[in-house]
Amino acid sequence: MVTKKTNETRIVITGVGLTAPNGNNLAEFRKNLLAGKSGIQKFNIRYMGEVLAGICHFDPLKYQKKKELRRGTRAGSIAIYCAQEAIADTKLDLACFDKSRIGVYLGITEHGTVETENEIYEIKQFDYNVKYWSHHHNPRVVANNPAGEVTLNLEITGPHYTLGAACAGGNIGLTQGLQMLLLNEVDLALGGGVSESTGSFGIFAGFKSEGALASHPDPEKACRPFDKDRNGVVVSEGGCIFILERLGDALRRGAKIYSEIVGYSINSDATDFIFPSAERQVECMKLALNKAGISPEDIDIINTHGTGTIEGDPVECQAIREVFGEYPHAYINNTKSFIGHTMGAAGALELAGNLPSFEDYIVHPTINLDHLDPECPLNNLVINEPKRIDKVDYILNNSFGMLGINSVVIVKKFEE
Amino acid sequence: MTKEQIKDTILKIIAQIIPDEDLSNLKGDIPIREQVELDSMDFLDIIMELRKRYGIEVPEDDYIHLATLDSSVAYLEPRMREL
Repeated sequence: MVTKKTNETRIVITGVGLTAPNGNNLAEFRKNLLAGKSGIQKFNIRYMGEVLAGICHFDPLKYQKKKELRRGTRAGSIAIYCAQEAIADTKLDLACFDKSRIGVYLGITEHGTVETENEIYEIKQFDYNVKYWSHHHNPRVVANNPAGEVTLNLEITGPHYTLGAACAGGNIGLTQGLQMLLLNEVDLALGGGVSESTGSFGIFAGFKSEGALASHPDPEKACRPFDKDRNGVVVSEGGCIFILERLGDALRRGAKIYSEIVGYSINSDATDFIFPSAERQVECMKLALNKAGISPEDIDIINTHGTGTIEGDPVECQAIREVFGEYPHAYINNTKSFIGHTMGAAGALELAGNLPSFEDYIVHPTINLDHLDPECPLNNLVINEPKRIDKVDYILNNSFGMLGINSVVIVKKFEE
Repeated sequence: MTKEQIKDTILKIIAQIIPDEDLSNLKGDIPIREQVELDSMDFLDIIMELRKRYGIEVPEDDYIHLATLDSSVAYLEPRMREL
């Protein structure tokens, strides 16, 4: 049963700040998604040598001093950039806002790996003598670090924490922000996700050992979800933070409203550390649809989670076919094909990339799809070229992660 | 190292730790932390850099000797003169 919502229980997105391998704000990101422009490049990392990765090229000194950069983490820096850009985008004067009523909720896949690897590398030069271990290590690796750095930078005194949710983190940071607004714990939520994964050789090495690290002579063609020749994940960094508010507050201050979050769900496979479960993904999508009070036929765009692994992509396709099979109306795309897997940021970034569709009615494609894998048939998969469609009322965003965590977010075109 | 070289070395370490600060007018006889934004974690960075670069250990009881630029030079000179 869906309870009738009021302006105090309707949660809307009123600002977006992001950095992706192919764009440092929503307009640039969207432009490149529609132009088919990838952000994947060659990248050298300790012990691995040359790999393929998605690296963000924002200016960290736009919002931080050099000393803050030296002391903090890359994830913290990404989070600060995204938070500042989101605040600027929503045209909120923080000086006139009760900062104890702002919450920062960021999804992460992992945190601390980069900093710990760096410290071990450093003390290796001193025969592993731990007296050379940095006093900065602890504040850098505490799990709340990226969200905490945002509060330090913006002098926000409300709650902050991260949500460890593997590659579903971005959707879950957004969901947590929504829930805290509904509970009236805060009046403004910064929700989304970040990742500094490209700083960790271990993450690349781990995927390589699993046989799931993408390779291709042309970096821009390496991430190829649903393609017969896909061979794994492209590791990327990135971040995306949304400003979330109760509709009543947003209307009172005349904020631009990107969309309303109408459905969300999180569940667990409870089957395997790595391999996903179509059955639970189906349940997760249905839970979100039920929460939104809509049926599959109402969805206009599905942003797939598909990472480009041999094993994972067909499972999601199977789940989508099961939920949407009788309603082959929704257009389906994939954003990782442009930016790789931005891990904790993925859910949030990929949702952001689709938000402009509410205004321009264009669906960005999945690129690098030259030979559709027979294991991945999907109706209305938008392949290699953007597609203009007649209406966009609802967008469904899938984001799944290791240990079998699934998350779905549904956003609706805003109407009063 | 001469006293002048030790002073330059300390200034270079501080410049690396607090790169946003202008150190050109740093007075030798006034506590460094009264002249520039240098907190306790930054101070520990100075101790760490002396350890990493020159193998110099500064016991916690001696931290007081690194309060000013002049006292730092005086304290470190016997430990760095042979470097």
